Amino acid sequence: MITSTLFRAVRTGLSSLMLHKLRSFLTTLGVLFGTSSVIAMLAIGEGASYEAQEQIKLLGSQNVILRSIKPPEDPNQSGTQTSRVVSYGLLDADLARIETTFPGVTGVVPIREIAKEVRHNDRVMNPRVMATRPTYQAVTGRLLWEGRFISAEDDRTLQNVCVLGTEVARYLFPFESAVGKRVKVGGDYFTVVGTLAPRMRLSDDRAQAGSEVTGEVFIPYETARKWYGRLQVKQRAGSREMEEVDLHEIVIAVDRPDDVPVLASAAREMLSRFHGKKRDYEVVVPLELLARAQETKRIFNIVLGSIAGISLLVGGIGIMNVMLATVTERTREIGIRRALGAKRRHIVTQFLVETICLSVGGGLLGVLVGVSIPLIVERFADMVTIVTPSAPILAFGISAGVGVVFGVYPALRAADMDPVEALRHE
Amino acid sequence: MVAEMIAVERVYRMGSEEVRALDGLSFRVERGQYWSVMGASGSGKSTLLNVMGCLDRPTSGVYRLSGRDVNDLDDDELSELRSQRLGFIFQSYNLIPQLNVLENIMVPLFYQDDPPADGEERARSLARRLGLGDRLGHRPLELSGGQQQRVAIARALVNDPDLILADEATGNLDSNTANEILGLFDELWREGKTLVFVTHEAHVAERASHVLRMIDGNVEEMFETERAKELPR
Repeated sequence: MITSTLFRAVRTGLSSLMLHKLRSFLTTLGVLFGTSSVIAMLAIGEGASYEAQEQIKLLGSQNVILRSIKPPEDPNQSGTQTSRVVSYGLLDADLARIETTFPGVTGVVPIREIAKEVRHNDRVMNPRVMATRPTYQAVTGRLLWEGRFISAEDDRTLQNVCVLGTEVARYLFPFESAVGKRVKVGGDYFTVVGTLAPRMRLSDDRAQAGSEVTGEVFIPYETARKWYGRLQVKQRAGSREMEEVDLHEIVIAVDRPDDVPVLASAAREMLSRFHGKKRDYEVVVPLELLARAQETKRIFNIVLGSIAGISLLVGGIGIMNVMLATVTERTREIGIRRALGAKRRHIVTQFLVETICLSVGGGLLGVLVGVSIPLIVERFADMVTIVTPSAPILAFGISAGVGVVFGVYPALRAADMDPVEALRHE
Repeated sequence: MVAEMIAVERVYRMGSEEVRALDGLSFRVERGQYWSVMGASGSGKSTLLNVMGCLDRPTSGVYRLSGRDVNDLDDDELSELRSQRLGFIFQSYNLIPQLNVLENIMVPLFYQDDPPADGEERARSLARRLGLGDRLGHRPLELSGGQQQRVAIARALVNDPDLILADEATGNLDSNTANEILGLFDELWREGKTLVFVTHEAHVAERASHVLRMIDGNVEEMFETERAKELPR
């Protein structure tokens, strides 16, 4: 009985709205744009933060990464010199201190970058050549594609072996497996013992930092110490620069993410004690970055929510405006219905249902539009977008709520009319 | 007895002036009577009809409809009374434009607290009887004036009311159509329905069994016509 009454109310409401198709459609536009923009913006934001978070997760949520950074040039010293030695960064001593004094650490991986080109026959690349320990693979969670990673034996016996990242392997060996082949790193030959599986569809974080290195090549740490000294020569347009860096990166891993903050603060304290005011390092804590990314996302969502709220408010006011006009226009109909026995609540229901039909109609169309915008963006702007199921549901629920909130007043106005007056209305 | 008014007053306030639309009117409608209410404009006919139709309440005095004192009823109860006990027929038909003929006929039933299960059937058979059987799906604006008024009559009958109130029901129709409609009223009366018909046309008033002539919100004269003898009750 109640469902049939409701069904009839909705049908009557729709047929009343259909009397003024254009007006009804225009009225729904406000809610339509409100809901669709919420969904689309949430999807794009969700996609962007997903990408950022994945990138951070790649660094390892249980890791703390120490990086050498080149301190800003001393203005007194810079001048006409074209060749000089810059010494900065993490030291072997830092590594030793970490290895000996940090409790509960499951892995400490030093990384030293060697600025050498990598070559196979006539194919040349400038990848990131990293001298590291066998534990690198476990700590960073990288997966093997073929062969094996550097072994402890390689490291101890100073073997000339290397592991290639996907890009390097693909470029140097486009038609064959790289494993077992030899590549030339700088002036020395290295035998490829394995290749890594591709990372997810993400740009290398080094490439983002502005340098042009892409791809990775891993060689044993001790081997690198033997062949390439501490001093590295970087040639730039017009100037030759010598850099003296022990370690470019140290990755420290703990068992549980809960231990990361302690580890991070210990690392910061230790480094600041031994490096003093020389800010030639940074401590990257993926977990902190993640937290920051999530905080950013939260703020982003609040901003989005406010924009959405405002647009829905505007849409709601538009609906209310039209409904007030409709009520005045249909005064006589209200009088007729009252004369034929309609109670106040019948009139309230009738107009409320009409308002809700408008806002829900706008909400439904808005969901359709809002879900298709991310698809278009993804196709043409090459961005990841994620439509979470909750977004359309939320948007739809809110638009229905808008109908109720902004429909109540016009409906009450309609119901409070004096039947006699209403019947007399022309 | 269907309706009874005892010393009913209805006073409006227009600015500082008091308008006594009904001024101590007493009047009684028995079952099966067909009343014509006549009078100059401003004599209180419409107010009388509004009070009888429970759309308006007396300022003082008693109005009883189907044995219930209107003054004791709240807005919802008055509405329920209208949907169950009363049938309205207006000069300008007052159909609801977005509803089709069948739906228009059924409107009073929609608003009943406990609508009859056979409502739609009743509406259909009324429509057939009034020659609207093939027009059920049409909208009011697709019908002629006479047809619209027939829809309104069917609507006034669908709840099997105790009292049918008509306000200049033939005022907008040409004389042929008006006669048809009046013939319908005759028929209803013969079937035993109780009608109150407001009109200012004498030849229309003559068709009723009783005439109430009003002046200044009160009774000028009240009498039985020749036709009352046709159907003594």
